[in-house]
Amino acid sequence: MNEPVTKVLGDSADAMPPPPRAGKWDIAKRELRKAPWSAKFGLLVIALYVLAALFAPFLTPFGESEIVGESFMPWDATFILGTDNLGRDMLTRLLYGARNTVGIAFITTCVAFLIGGTGGMLAAILGGWTDQVLSRVVDVLMAIPQLIFALLLLTIFGTSIPVLIVIIAVLDSTRVFRLTRAVSQNVVVTDFVESARLRGESLGWISFREVLPNILPPLVAEFGLRFCFVFLLIAGLSFLGLGLQPPTADWGSMVRDNATLITYGDITPLLPAGAIALLTVGVNFVVDWFLHKTSGLRDGK
Amino acid sequence: MENSPASKHLLEIRDLRIEGQSGEEWLEIVKGVSLTLDRGQIIGLIGESGAGKSTIGLAAMGFARPGCRISEGEILFDGVDLRGLQRKERRSLRGVRIAYVAQSAAASFNPAHRLIDQFSEIPVEHGISTKSEADADAIDLFTRLKMPFPDIIGLRYPHQVSGGQLQRAMTAMALSCRPDLIIFDEPTTALDVTTQIEVLATIRDIVEQFNTAAVYITHDLAVVAQMADKIIVLRYGEMIEEADTRIMLSDPKEDYTKSLWAVRSFKKTTEPPAPEPVPLLRVEHVTAGYGKELVLKDISFDIHRGQTVAVVGESGSGKSTAARVITGLLPPTQGAVFFDGKALPADYRERSKEQLRQAQMIYQMPDTAVNPRHRIRDIIGRPLSFYLGLSGEKHEQRVRELLNMIELEPDLFIDRYPGELSGGQKQRVCIARALAAEPQFIICDEVTSALDQLVAEGILKLLDRLQREFNLAFMFITHDLATVRAIADRVVVMLRGEIVEQGVKDTVFSPPHHEYTELLLSSVPEMDPDWLDNLLKRRVGSADLGGSDLIR
Repeated sequence: MNEPVTKVLGDSADAMPPPPRAGKWDIAKRELRKAPWSAKFGLLVIALYVLAALFAPFLTPFGESEIVGESFMPWDATFILGTDNLGRDMLTRLLYGARNTVGIAFITTCVAFLIGGTGGMLAAILGGWTDQVLSRVVDVLMAIPQLIFALLLLTIFGTSIPVLIVIIAVLDSTRVFRLTRAVSQNVVVTDFVESARLRGESLGWISFREVLPNILPPLVAEFGLRFCFVFLLIAGLSFLGLGLQPPTADWGSMVRDNATLITYGDITPLLPAGAIALLTVGVNFVVDWFLHKTSGLRDGK
Repeated sequence: MENSPASKHLLEIRDLRIEGQSGEEWLEIVKGVSLTLDRGQIIGLIGESGAGKSTIGLAAMGFARPGCRISEGEILFDGVDLRGLQRKERRSLRGVRIAYVAQSAAASFNPAHRLIDQFSEIPVEHGISTKSEADADAIDLFTRLKMPFPDIIGLRYPHQVSGGQLQRAMTAMALSCRPDLIIFDEPTTALDVTTQIEVLATIRDIVEQFNTAAVYITHDLAVVAQMADKIIVLRYGEMIEEADTRIMLSDPKEDYTKSLWAVRSFKKTTEPPAPEPVPLLRVEHVTAGYGKELVLKDISFDIHRGQTVAVVGESGSGKSTAARVITGLLPPTQGAVFFDGKALPADYRERSKEQLRQAQMIYQMPDTAVNPRHRIRDIIGRPLSFYLGLSGEKHEQRVRELLNMIELEPDLFIDRYPGELSGGQKQRVCIARALAAEPQFIICDEVTSALDQLVAEGILKLLDRLQREFNLAFMFITHDLATVRAIADRVVVMLRGEIVEQGVKDTVFSPPHHEYTELLLSSVPEMDPDWLDNLLKRRVGSADLGGSDLIR
């Protein structure tokens, strides 16, 4: 940049002021405007799901597990999407399902990132034995197929929601651990981390103030992807009967409960499956866009 | 040739303008540069970073970096305007008639392939020769470039040869199709002085042998003085001055050129205070290494208050390892480090906050030495709150004082992120961070080698001023002897982990020298355009001491 020097400081060649900068909000707004349609669509889908989850009780007149009619009633004015195998309103259960399935998946992913992220950063920063022990434990956990392992643990510990969250979070944190460790290792060797160590900074400061801000973009993208996987896993487990337990509304078990309708040519049981698919696609679109932005990938112009 | 503006020169650039994309708009980064070049001639492009040297170098091949476009002007190569050619036609010229040698040979080679295979890739690809012909040619070129074991060195992978050899292999590769024009983009910047000489001599040799034309891009005046027939001085994409090398050196016209020429004249004037009986820092019989390999062998030296001790040596000589031992990052296997008469714990984790505060460090690469996600306020302010417990108004006040001290306007810089600053400004921020701890001793690890000469000079002046103001002791690690001459009080010369000579600067730098000191001193390019010729003449016959370039 060669704008005129506004203020001369001594005769130093470094006196050039940095160029002016746009505010954070302006940048965010501009980026959002420039976002591709797929990202906008994804954001819209996520926003709809969040709204549905938050306002489920106000969006429908029926209770979550309230039996309001005959079983397997067709779509009509009262029951917009019909009723399920026990006569509960399908739309109500779908809305509450967003709250349960998506909410629990979100909490689980957060816990997974807390465990895996902290562990990964510790392994990278401390190295040596800490790294060896943590990495080998993770290797062992990853060697066992995730779904089978989850099924096994759930049958041992029972299927309450806290147990479900902890088990899936621990199993999923292994992937987060590996990613965090890998990206942290690139940061840990930089001079500014060395300088922080030599200053005598604590482990906490180095992890959360020096390393974390620099590995955030790949972690955020991974968060979106992991969220999808967790969410699919919970739905899968519920479909198998080991996830969320009745009468809690949940998309996975809703598919199973109403599966018989498929044989009569009714698409109602596909709706919860569709809800799962739509959210997965939406989240992936947003993650793609975000990765593209932060990794500095450019379109092939 | 069907193009009308025929030219008798091999390369003629007329009024070249290049624009670079900055956000939504296009800014002109090269503003009307013209030059001509004939066979057997070397033209030197010189200027600071951002002057557009490399951009012009690439444009000479008809190429613009992603995000840049050639907006105006003609690039006539052998009478053909490169801008008018199709992509495919341009591609067939590159590597065959025009070759490019990049700054970092290490980054330009594919680490997974042998040197000789990478050499023959282009001639085989373009159907100029068969693989076996190309291989034979490679050995011939390796011999001409005086690479050791030319018959078999091509079978090595890039990491198995030294930096200087790699740079020569790169030059050989550029020659593989016998191009008419070679563009050298800072080919020796990453090399040690002793290695640099060999590469420089090689490049001059091949230009003579093959009657090739060359564009030589560098920021080092003394180097360009040896290489070029003609020099063009660039600044912010504009041509400041153009003249034959000898005229340019003896009689520069423009003020900017004169200021570039004067950079090397900075010299510290004040004498250090008389040494106290107990040195501030004493390194006593330190031996250290990684695993079984010893990098430091029985090193001892003292640093007194207010004194600058320069530690000089080529890469691999153990200079930086010595710094790691002093800071406690690498506990020595034998020996100890004393600060103010008291032994420091070997491991930095066992040192007290006070001990850590007293010794600060400034790094070579300002880009990686500051956290890109922290604001300048936090970078400089952290030692203040961490060591001195300052907060609130006092903290803010002190950060501003420090910014003033390093000659950066506080209001403009305090809320910025490092990415918005230039290299020199970032290095100043690093200095402020070190000063914030109010230390007595600062290790400067090659602090100016990543910076332009004018900027580097500013940093040296700043360090010198701060030393006088705060009676600081500096340990100055560098391979640049010009810097040593400018700022050091004492000099420690290191070779392969041992100290070969140490003492007061004037004593070390005046004869009689240790033979290695002599080699180092005589390898520093001087502004005299005959320097390289004379040096090579003198060295012919005498044993080659270039330790770094022995085959590994």
